[in-house]
Amino acid sequence: MAESTTGTVLVLGAGSAMARGIAAAFASHGHALYLAGRDLEELERIASDLRVRTGVDVDFGQFDALDTQSHAGFVQAVLAEVGALAGVVWAVGYMPAQEQALADFGEVQRIIDTNFTAAVSMLDVCSAHLEKESGGFLAVISSVAGDRGRQSNYYYGSAKGALTLYLQGLRNRLHSSGVRVLTIKPGFVDTAMTWGLPGLFLVASPEQVGRAVVRAVQRRRDVLYVPWFWRYIMLIIRHIPERVFKRLKL
Amino acid sequence: MRSRRMSLSGWGRFPVQECEVWRPERYHDLMLREGAMTLRGQGRSYGDAALNENGNVVLNARVNRFIEFSPDTGLLRTEPGVTLEEIVSVCLPHGWFLPVTPGTKYVSIGGCVAADVHGKNHFRDGSFGAAVQAFELLTADGARLSCTRDNNSELFFATLGGMGLTGVIGEVTLQLRRVESAWMKVRQKKSPDLERVFADLADGDPEDEYRVAWIDCLARGRHLGRSVTMSARHARMDDLSGTRRGQPLVVAPRRKRTLPFNFPGWALNSLSIGVFNHLYYAREGARGGPSVSDYDRYFYPLDAIAHWNRMYGKRGFVQYQCVLPSDTAFDGMREILERLSRSRRPSFLAVLKRLGEESGGLLSFPMPGYTLALDLPLRGRGLLPLLDELDRIVIEKGGRVYLAKDARLSAEAFRHMYPRLDDWLAIKGRIDPDNRFTSSLARRLGLEPPHG
Repeated sequence: MAESTTGTVLVLGAGSAMARGIAAAFASHGHALYLAGRDLEELERIASDLRVRTGVDVDFGQFDALDTQSHAGFVQAVLAEVGALAGVVWAVGYMPAQEQALADFGEVQRIIDTNFTAAVSMLDVCSAHLEKESGGFLAVISSVAGDRGRQSNYYYGSAKGALTLYLQGLRNRLHSSGVRVLTIKPGFVDTAMTWGLPGLFLVASPEQVGRAVVRAVQRRRDVLYVPWFWRYIMLIIRHIPERVFKRLKL
Repeated sequence: MRSRRMSLSGWGRFPVQECEVWRPERYHDLMLREGAMTLRGQGRSYGDAALNENGNVVLNARVNRFIEFSPDTGLLRTEPGVTLEEIVSVCLPHGWFLPVTPGTKYVSIGGCVAADVHGKNHFRDGSFGAAVQAFELLTADGARLSCTRDNNSELFFATLGGMGLTGVIGEVTLQLRRVESAWMKVRQKKSPDLERVFADLADGDPEDEYRVAWIDCLARGRHLGRSVTMSARHARMDDLSGTRRGQPLVVAPRRKRTLPFNFPGWALNSLSIGVFNHLYYAREGARGGPSVSDYDRYFYPLDAIAHWNRMYGKRGFVQYQCVLPSDTAFDGMREILERLSRSRRPSFLAVLKRLGEESGGLLSFPMPGYTLALDLPLRGRGLLPLLDELDRIVIEKGGRVYLAKDARLSAEAFRHMYPRLDDWLAIKGRIDPDNRFTSSLARRLGLEPPHG
């Protein structure tokens, strides 16, 4: 089935810059949007912006990723509002400094809960719905940090790595149903999460990420590295033998 | 929110200063929780207006949402980081254009309010502020004040042209202007001397909506002030040829070029500029009847070349823009042009415009009279003293220098040029007694609360 240019795209975690870039790219392809996130005032602003710029219908509503009990009800409410979903974008993420997590297990739990548990809970609900409708896509932001554990970032990396594995399984299960699963692995993207971090190079803008995501969904890709050359950087990093890797300061 | 230590400069690349730079994504984070701060839009002011040496600079680039736009009335409300380019690309297809635009579209709407910018239509439509219906001001005490001409009007006029020093300029409500097409009908003519260019700017065709003169400021003697005067108005349907008439609000995007490196210091000298000016005067001035140009080429010729400021080399340049009141302008401009051509410090770009009524902004630049803008490369000694001399002429003639372009004016000269400074300082003292809103320009010119 060709990618339909109608139908609403549900964006979860819509307040972030990367989510805004992705939402804008779907809107410019004519998709209506439902933006979900914590900060209602911000969502309202982003919604008006996308309406004025692109002319598509944009709804929004409050959604708490960590409150997994609420997920099923939330999706029901969205469906009641918009009818049918063309697909779902998961853009929720949480990345504090590694030192903060080392000092406080509460932070570690929050990293795992936000980046993994919440994603699994929500994507289970969404995929069950899309499976019933026999179509649509899930576009999920994981991270290159999930490709290999490194001392500087392994709490966040391992949660994203678990998410990547979950998505592999989900893709495998949904393949016959026509529901597509896209794993998005951003390298350096110019967002609030990376602003002020030292040592960044060749940073992609959120708008570039948005266009790449829409293209990958249209072309039924499984995994998207963005910017694209991160596929090769991570290919090399994944293939360094562990006895060498453990000595590196990465 | 994290910050980043950066070397920043304005568009003139002088001065360069170390600043602590923040980039909020959300509207309410535009206001830093603590510490003094400078708001920065697209960094297109030329000098140090958007710099804060060793202090906080807050970028508004990501706070750029359109909030409301009515294609029926042309009323637009946006967050401050929206650029004029974005406004044109969203609103022109509906038949609405900017009421006033400076020579680049890569500026934020917040910055346009802060500098109360003007365009080539000031003589008839006034400054940017004239089209601003309202704005929200985020003040030092955490309030979000709605400012209009009637509501918080003192703050409205202290903020319009107030260089961002009264608070964070938040959402702006702007009345756009109706246009029939995305095209301009342009006429060019030679004005062989200063007298003629003044006359041509003052009383051209009453249909003209825009008028500006490019001056050859190396010309001396009886050629002093020779110019090409350009007049234009928005093209109407019957000005357009058949193919354009089908889609009057659409123009093909221009290919964007970039200056990949700094020009060497010697590239722009009195010889190369002299040759350029000669050719330009002869060629552009001789272009007979009216022509039709797209809005982008007409209003923003330099926007087609990214990083055009590299033309002036690594050391950068200074823009000197002054306005002189109508009754003294002719003598004053003659003195300035003579001084300049005698110095053999050629300005690559020299533009003369007529300005109309003031906007009411206490520190706004425009006043009824004539304004001259010069681009002067920073090279060797002697440029800054020369500009101090020009300041003296400007003060003597009752004029002023434009803060959005300034990098070197003295506090004393500034005080002479802006007679309503004390009124402004009194309001600043009330709205921002602890001086949370500051900038390198503010410190240089003494734009700080009286008791601060």
